[in-house]
Amino acid sequence: MTAELFIQYLFAGVTYGIIYAIVAIGFNIIYNTTGIINFAQGEFVMLGGMIAITLNALLPLPLAIAGAVLLTMLVGAMVEMTFIRWLKSPSVLRMIIITIGVSILIREVALHIWGEGVRSLPYFVGNEISTVNILGARISPQVLWVIGVCSVIVIALSLFFRYTMQGQKMRACAANRTAATLCGINPKNMVTLSFMLSAGIGALAGCVMSPITYTEYDSGTGLAIKGFTVAILGGLGNSMAAVAAGLLLGLLEAFSVSIVPLAYQDVIALSILLLILFVRPHGLFGRKDAAGLKEF
Amino acid sequence: MLKVRNLESGYGKLRVLKRISLHVNPGEIVTLIGANGAGKTTLLATISGLIPARAGEIILRDREITRVKAEKIVELGCSLVPEGRQVFATMTVRENLVLGGYIQHKKGNREFLRELDYIYELFPVLAERQNQLAGTLSGGEQQMLAMGRALMAKPALIMLDEPSTGLAPLIVKNIFAIISKMREAGNTVLLIEQNAKAALKIADRGYVLETGKIILEGPAEALLANRDVQRAYLGRDLARP
Repeated sequence: MTAELFIQYLFAGVTYGIIYAIVAIGFNIIYNTTGIINFAQGEFVMLGGMIAITLNALLPLPLAIAGAVLLTMLVGAMVEMTFIRWLKSPSVLRMIIITIGVSILIREVALHIWGEGVRSLPYFVGNEISTVNILGARISPQVLWVIGVCSVIVIALSLFFRYTMQGQKMRACAANRTAATLCGINPKNMVTLSFMLSAGIGALAGCVMSPITYTEYDSGTGLAIKGFTVAILGGLGNSMAAVAAGLLLGLLEAFSVSIVPLAYQDVIALSILLLILFVRPHGLFGRKDAAGLKEF
Repeated sequence: MLKVRNLESGYGKLRVLKRISLHVNPGEIVTLIGANGAGKTTLLATISGLIPARAGEIILRDREITRVKAEKIVELGCSLVPEGRQVFATMTVRENLVLGGYIQHKKGNREFLRELDYIYELFPVLAERQNQLAGTLSGGEQQMLAMGRALMAKPALIMLDEPSTGLAPLIVKNIFAIISKMREAGNTVLLIEQNAKAALKIADRGYVLETGKIILEGPAEALLANRDVQRAYLGRDLARP
């Protein structure tokens, strides 16, 4: 393998890896506050892309993206308020099945609104054939956008959870719901907020990746599976581990192309998912005893 | 400060509290003693809104709070230090305390973090460990953290649920000394204890709870001297008269 090809694969791997990581972080945020896996997470990513594409017909690109993120956050809040909030002490399994239902619902609504066509946002800078030369490899500027924006999301989120009162309240609810209530925090509001936050970052990721990965009504499903694999691989609930696991999966997929046919790419992710669920269900970076305390 | 009248509460079909009445005056330490299963924890959980009251009323500072939500009751000035400490294990000591002050922050008190100095003065060990994760503290330190976190809300009334459970005698002594200090600083305390002797020693008044009913009440010294209390809760084997 030449050095140029190596860098080419490297960038492809990092790009997909960080996208998977963002989806996985969306899973983690909701998992941490509620203990459930929100299987509609991939649909949030799809909605972000689709809404931005529609808005972009009327508005300049940055406004269209901002609008898409806000609208998707609204959808996230509505999903939580209509389907989750009013449940009285629901079982985790019941809530998970509800999110699967919601994901089907959103997908079908998207099919009716946008049809089966494959769409995409325009490249943020340049077009399909413009490239940046990095160490001899030709990289699309959009790839740098994806990596840049997703990195900013990851860093901003960790600052949010560490230094803002709102973020601390969400962590408090994750750590101990009763104690959080006794500090005057309303845990239900924190759950709504976690759905909005997951929807928002999912939508933003959906927008930046749209020019290279394209968006269609069911593109959320595949992403959800990859994101779920990454979330499990890293250890549920741990966002930094999700980034590491995301990059690992992205790079594995990218470099596998040089050995096995492209068609086997998804097989790799699913094999990893199965293997990890059988052998190390608490994830590569998770601790077994900690996982044992959780409901799953 | 706090008035409870004919309070009934329980879980499912189980009726735990049977028409309980008690009151706490401002500046007092009132203790409620009783054996396991008497309903002590249920009483505090009902007052703090964690479980709903079935009947009766709870009045905090002339305001009825019987049906008020738990997170709102904290805002009205009544904080609970729950049984088993319940610290935010994955967060640092300082973060735990800051969250305790969230209510003050919400009320627009921009200087709510000043309260930290008072807490660190009361519990010097928390100052030493402020950047450590709460889950890594010892049991006694976690109890102090839970108390400090409740105090950060500047509550008019602080309710403590069995602060001495599972702690070494020396640490229990320390905790009770701090509760006395809290009264000197102007806090009103409702203390629930199995360790009846230690609790009655620092309290002004006391109630004895048995199977969901209050069977005795009075000044702490009187209860300490009471033969029934001595026999049942202070482990003193007295010859029957």
